[in-house]
Amino acid sequence: MKPTNFLLSAAAAAITAGAASAEDMTLVSWGGAYQASQQKAYAEPYMEMHPDVNIVWDESSAEAVAKLRAMNEAGNITWDVVDVVASDAIRLCDEGLAMEIDPDTHLAPAPDGTPASEDFGDLLVSECFIPQIVYSTTFGYRTDLVGDTPPDDICDVFDLEAYPGKRSLEKRPINNMEWALLCDGVPKDEVYDVLATDEGQDRALKKLDTIKDSVVWWSAGADTPQLLADGEVVMGSTYNGRLFSLIEEQKQPVAMLWDAQVFDLDGWIIPAGLSEERKQRALDFIYFATDTQRLADQAKYISYGPARKSSAPLVGKHAELGIDMAPHMPTDPNNAKNTFLYNYEFWADYRDDIDAKFQAWLAQ
Amino acid sequence: MAALTPISRKPLSMVLPSVALAGAFAGIFVGAGNGSVPMGMIGGAILTAGLAWFYISVLRNERLAYWINILGFGLAGFLFTGIGGGILGLLGGWFFVWFTYWLYEGRYRRKLLPYLTAQQVFFHYLFRVICGAIFVFLITPILVVLPLSFNAQDFFTFTPEMLRLDPEGYSLKHYQDFFTNNEWQRSFKNSLIIAPIATIISVSLGTLAAIGLSQSHVPGRRAIMAILISPMIVPLIISATGMFFFYSDIGRFLEGTLGFNKTFVGYLKVILAHAVLGIPFVIITVTATLVGFDRSLTRAAANMGAGPVRTFFKIQMPLILPGVISGGLFAFITSFDEVVVVLFVGSASQKTLPWQMFTGLREQISPTILAVATILVVISIALLTTVELLRRRSERLRGLTPA
Repeated sequence: MKPTNFLLSAAAAAITAGAASAEDMTLVSWGGAYQASQQKAYAEPYMEMHPDVNIVWDESSAEAVAKLRAMNEAGNITWDVVDVVASDAIRLCDEGLAMEIDPDTHLAPAPDGTPASEDFGDLLVSECFIPQIVYSTTFGYRTDLVGDTPPDDICDVFDLEAYPGKRSLEKRPINNMEWALLCDGVPKDEVYDVLATDEGQDRALKKLDTIKDSVVWWSAGADTPQLLADGEVVMGSTYNGRLFSLIEEQKQPVAMLWDAQVFDLDGWIIPAGLSEERKQRALDFIYFATDTQRLADQAKYISYGPARKSSAPLVGKHAELGIDMAPHMPTDPNNAKNTFLYNYEFWADYRDDIDAKFQAWLAQ
Repeated sequence: MAALTPISRKPLSMVLPSVALAGAFAGIFVGAGNGSVPMGMIGGAILTAGLAWFYISVLRNERLAYWINILGFGLAGFLFTGIGGGILGLLGGWFFVWFTYWLYEGRYRRKLLPYLTAQQVFFHYLFRVICGAIFVFLITPILVVLPLSFNAQDFFTFTPEMLRLDPEGYSLKHYQDFFTNNEWQRSFKNSLIIAPIATIISVSLGTLAAIGLSQSHVPGRRAIMAILISPMIVPLIISATGMFFFYSDIGRFLEGTLGFNKTFVGYLKVILAHAVLGIPFVIITVTATLVGFDRSLTRAAANMGAGPVRTFFKIQMPLILPGVISGGLFAFITSFDEVVVVLFVGSASQKTLPWQMFTGLREQISPTILAVATILVVISIALLTTVELLRRRSERLRGLTPA
């Protein structure tokens, strides 16, 4: 019976030791290099200033909406601050699962005194959403597998003759449908009008049909980098920060195809229904983590553009590689020659219908 | 008996096609590596059958044939793909010349009964080949993980450097990441807290339940048994959903009404949930050992004045201990491997190792997961070996021969 006693007392000691130290604050994010950048730019300095707070990470942003619904139903919200994409923030806000934020009282003004609402500007797409970064979904290609004429046009993705081989695309209609229409001759400003009709959706799927046999579908942001590193695919779409890490940190023979990159926003929400004490702590963290300097600091670790206008001039060099980060930002003028703006309202209205159609098409 | 077994040389019409078949099979892999599977198969068949014919009909010197074939294949492998290919070539070369002479000299009959028909001999070896294939099928996914965990790159890829066995292609950085990364260390620590406590609870409750249910006078024992075992049968995702709501309420009560610490309650919820999952394993193994337990021993102990508790610890427990231990092992592994229930019931402070591996695999395909998997495989092997050695030792001490 001795070993049992020993184990029990050791476990009890471990639990009480954990309980006696700082109070846990749970941040939810996406894992990987992105979460690491948040850890270094926000969490570590914050914990240094507040030794009584212990930040715990949960990599559940991908299913944040479903989990928050379940937590709300069970009346047991264990998350304090949640990192979500803008469209999820809009959904959570509509369902009352996220707390409304007043930018000018809850967020720090720019160093020159410009109020936060102006500093973030158009990027405040919802009352609950605190923008953090601008990222883009774009393509990378294997430089050693495309011959002498590297692709420089989004429609090269659909050109199996010039660029034979597999491509990886995300397993959802968003972005793929828009790219398909663009390459089927629809002018950029009419894409969403066409996509709103049944014929337009069929037209996009028909265009995707031409490459369907050569597509590897991905669902996690890490898939395309892995496939490119393996040489399984010639080109593939993913988040631009993942490609940056693949090219600059992992030194793989891959280059960016920025044409028709789709901008999207990522940021924080605070779940509704937290206790007053936890709410104040979350707000305090948000105030710190989204100020001008902190957003600029994050760009030292990953190539996503800070959401504040006042942060852009402060973006410097990569923390370890020492290269200039500005040319790797999706918003850099050289990269942003031809960009595409993700239409939140359109997808909020049409997502369920087009999703069903897309999944049925995939299964054919 | 071996001396009686007729050993005679076999006709080339049987040897060459068999060797060609094996050559074609090996050619599939070489061909797949070089772009064309059919070409590899044809080339492999012609090459191996041709060499077999040459050794048997022209060279007629077995020892020389061995040397030529092993070194020839090894050299070819080395020239084409480097050290790794060279080693494979040496092994392949040895196999083919051995296989040729094994067939030609009729050595395959040497250890078999002399009166077996050709068909029986064939099935004798076919059975072994199938068993071997199943073994490979089971073990390869685990073995692939081991070399990949020493990858110098951050991908699940065998790089050209690795295939050449170049030291540059290997590194311990993923192991270093596991031992220095806060998230991995915390989840490892959580697993080491949760699994043993859940195991102790499962073992105590499961053993008691099994002993109680083995008494013939308990009413409705089959129904009770079925309910206790249900966590093992009900799909895990359904148990997990139910547990999520059940433990949310319990957690709210403990935190809100009784004022317990949030972290403590979090651990308690996961430990209890895992204990429930582990109990069926203990009940089943202990019930199985109780079948062979002689009840007159407990009556004899009672006759001599021992109380039920004393009887249990001095008489019954030592005899059913093997069942208790193996049940405990299953309960431990269940908790240590479990990812679904902890995702529902736990919060991020209770993130266990499987949870961290699961999210790591989804969000960031990092070979650190493979390093952890390798460490876990080594721990599991060590654990099972220890238990097996202890079991044999105790059986030896009790004068039984290990089974």
